Amino acid sequence: MSYDMWIILTGALVGAACGIIGTFLVLRKMAMIADAISHTVLLGIVGAFLVSQTLEGPFMLIGAVITGLLTTFFIQVLDSSGVQTDAAIGVVFTALFSVGVILVSLFARNVHLDVDHVLMGDITFIPFHTIEWNGMTLGPKAFWLIAVVLVIDIVFITVMYKELKITSFDPAMAFALGLPVTALHYLFMSMVSITTVASFDSVGAILVVAMLIVPPSTAYLLTDRLLFMILYSAAIGAASAVIGYYIAQWLNVSIAGSMASTTGILFLLAFLFAPQHGIIAKRLARRLSVTES
Amino acid sequence: MKTAVNVEKITVAYKKTPVLQDVTFSIPEGQLVGIIGPNGAGKSTLLKSILQLVPKTAGDVSIKGKTVQQQRKLIGYVPQRGDVDWDFPTNALDVVLMGRYGHIGWFKRPKKKDKEHALSCLDKVGMKAYADRQISQLSGGQQQRVFLARALAQDASIYFMDEPFAGVDAATERAIIALLNELKKQGKTVLVVHHDLQTAEEYFDWLLLLNKHLIASGPVSKTFTTDLLQKTYGGKLAFLSSS
Repeated sequence: MSYDMWIILTGALVGAACGIIGTFLVLRKMAMIADAISHTVLLGIVGAFLVSQTLEGPFMLIGAVITGLLTTFFIQVLDSSGVQTDAAIGVVFTALFSVGVILVSLFARNVHLDVDHVLMGDITFIPFHTIEWNGMTLGPKAFWLIAVVLVIDIVFITVMYKELKITSFDPAMAFALGLPVTALHYLFMSMVSITTVASFDSVGAILVVAMLIVPPSTAYLLTDRLLFMILYSAAIGAASAVIGYYIAQWLNVSIAGSMASTTGILFLLAFLFAPQHGIIAKRLARRLSVTES
Repeated sequence: MKTAVNVEKITVAYKKTPVLQDVTFSIPEGQLVGIIGPNGAGKSTLLKSILQLVPKTAGDVSIKGKTVQQQRKLIGYVPQRGDVDWDFPTNALDVVLMGRYGHIGWFKRPKKKDKEHALSCLDKVGMKAYADRQISQLSGGQQQRVFLARALAQDASIYFMDEPFAGVDAATERAIIALLNELKKQGKTVLVVHHDLQTAEEYFDWLLLLNKHLIASGPVSKTFTTDLLQKTYGGKLAFLSSS
């Protein structure tokens, strides 16, 4: 397969995985926690590197899960001891991220890991880091990492669909029914963490937030059913990656930046033209109801 | 008569300010119980602490002689309408189906019989025609009825309802009353956080008068007295009794 094709495929998988997981982030009103995690996993990646001396997928995923859970836990602790939620997120996020930045500059200078790369991603170079098996080249590592994570995400959401749904809609009721709401919350945050870290190589810490939050917000405007919101969100995420790639080629600009901008453009289109929840449809409906009465 | 709910010396504090202090009572089975008291008396907190939704500083709760944890399946809960996001992408039937989740068990999907059951519960609150309606498109009273249908779908034997009458239309109020009486006829116990003193005597068999401390717990005939109400509401009762 051509280099271009690998980049497009990897981007599309990133868009789909983030779109699926992001749907529940948006519904749980946790967009800013996703922002925090997308940065603090840097600490997890460096930590995993220091322990294992490699940047292999499994270690990165474990490191990401640990820091993702720590981030969630610390925010929860501060929050429940009286710090405002947004301030708690800000404190934990910058504290863990800055430790990550210091560790990168201290220990990891000589490897393929630098702050720029982590923040912005580098999807252009993805095709050069491939997996070999029995002398065959199986394709880019980044592709396989996000592919595996996408499968984990899909299995997770399919198996836990009704549990995720009720804990997102009505956590008190879920608790009253005897569901382990807190454990589910942490499990979900682990999924967010591994999805984030698997998307890192491609789009970086800053733009992964766009992939996690914008496609679900777009899908939210297009449907009133949860299942469709998840499917639309995945499709919009994947489409943003593909469209963004071609725009980047055409204008000769950053691929990751272009992918994230595309999510924004699609959101704007939905915001204006969505059949029920778009601005124009709402205006029209209001005018109709005024003339009727 | 058997005891449905037994509460022993519950104390709840929020950031060191006590919200409930030393509340002790027990409710016999088959009663419609109104939890009455002024704003900030800790009525909702009492429900939530019984269900372990807020942590207790001290105290014990038993439901039919066992812990709440052991009796989850017997308990139906109707949160305040404002506690959830009604813009959530789902429809009325789906919300009612959530009441079945405790029976369906982990990882499994609702079956056809669960859907039929949920539909019949919607029917009981007069909302069958709205099963497919997105929940944000329902009126406040209709949303409350969906919540009640969800509680019915739980097939519980003790119900805890947090302000079901708050901000509902007359039709919904009548529907709720009919439902409460129906539940009572089936021998179920219902605890309702209630705001309106005017209707308390008419709607309930048993009253819990609460103002951070328990003022009284007992049959309406013994608890709905000027003396006790005065004690519960303090000076605020004056204009209520004159109206």
